[in-house]
Amino acid sequence: MSPQSLLGLLPYLVAGWLFLIGLYGIVTSRNLIHTVVSLSVVQSSTYVLLLTVGFRAGATAPVFSDIAPGAIVVDPLVQALALTDVVVGATVSALLLALAVQSHKRSGTLDPDQLRTLSG
Amino acid sequence: MTRRVRVVVFAVAAVGMAVLLVWAFAGARPFGTSIHPYGDLAVRAALEQRATANTVASVTFDQRGLDTMGEEFILFAAVLGTSILLRREPDELARTVGEEGTEDRAGSGPTPEMVRLFGYVVLPFVVVVGIYVVAHGHLSPGGGFQGGIVLATGLHLLYIAGDYPALRRLRPQRVFEVSEAAAAASYVLLGLAGLAVTGAFLANVLPYGTLGQLASAGTVPLLNTAVGVEVGSGTVLLLAEFLEQTLVLRERSGRPDTGGSR
Repeated sequence: MSPQSLLGLLPYLVAGWLFLIGLYGIVTSRNLIHTVVSLSVVQSSTYVLLLTVGFRAGATAPVFSDIAPGAIVVDPLVQALALTDVVVGATVSALLLALAVQSHKRSGTLDPDQLRTLSG
Repeated sequence: MTRRVRVVVFAVAAVGMAVLLVWAFAGARPFGTSIHPYGDLAVRAALEQRATANTVASVTFDQRGLDTMGEEFILFAAVLGTSILLRREPDELARTVGEEGTEDRAGSGPTPEMVRLFGYVVLPFVVVVGIYVVAHGHLSPGGGFQGGIVLATGLHLLYIAGDYPALRRLRPQRVFEVSEAAAAASYVLLGLAGLAVTGAFLANVLPYGTLGQLASAGTVPLLNTAVGVEVGSGTVLLLAEFLEQTLVLRERSGRPDTGGSR
């Protein structure tokens, strides 16, 4: 593999790394808040991946308010997807944090390992 | 499963996942490729047929408006779920916040004067910026989702300024509950209008106008406004729930700290 294509692979690898390191955070988490943040790290890997897929060398933002029609722009589709991604990520975090608050109220702990038994 | 076993299982799975990922990445188009068939089509559709300068907004609200409706309702459901999870429980007491002063921010001490001044001075500007970002979503980067967040967080400058009672006065939760639901419903109604006029749900029913004008892009600015109100109200409600947890609710005295005794 040439150095150029290795460099082109780098953004993809960053996305893969973020995904796996976030999963590692979830697996080894000792605190539910930390679990939620780790999930956000996993989610940010998808932002990097989407923007990597949509990037076009030498292109500008796909907003034609101050550039001529016909200018070379990056892919607007993946940007719309990234927007969805961000919104869903934020709302899921909020919901999970609310669950963490509830869990702490009910069982008095935020450590997932202490939440072994189901109790009504 | 002990932690050690769990980490080992994860490590095996992660290595497998990493191999698959690298394999897939090696077969993907190289970073910065000039081959974007869908992107090119989306840009052409946005500029030539739909007079929408911000092509991302065209994709979000016009070409794929249905997906955005789903996204909007994910937000709606999350706000609803958070409200249910963080409702006041029978054994929790509501405190009156800030009666003895305006510095009640969960024990963080008095707010510095500069911070208070900053909060009050910046608040109107942030609100104006938020409205601008929503209203120009089809022309420049921004839109309902982004502007809604700006508006909601702008409102919470009042909290940064250390005045929870002021925030509460400006944030009657009932009003925001109604406006959130109304905004979500109006998105669906705009979709039904498209269904009635053209036979396709969320089809654009308004004239597209001239590219780059404030009144252009058909229904995109209206959908942006609906989403802006929805996101703004939803975020205000979300933050209200969390603020209430720390500032208003207190456990009844005598209840053990662990709380596991019920």
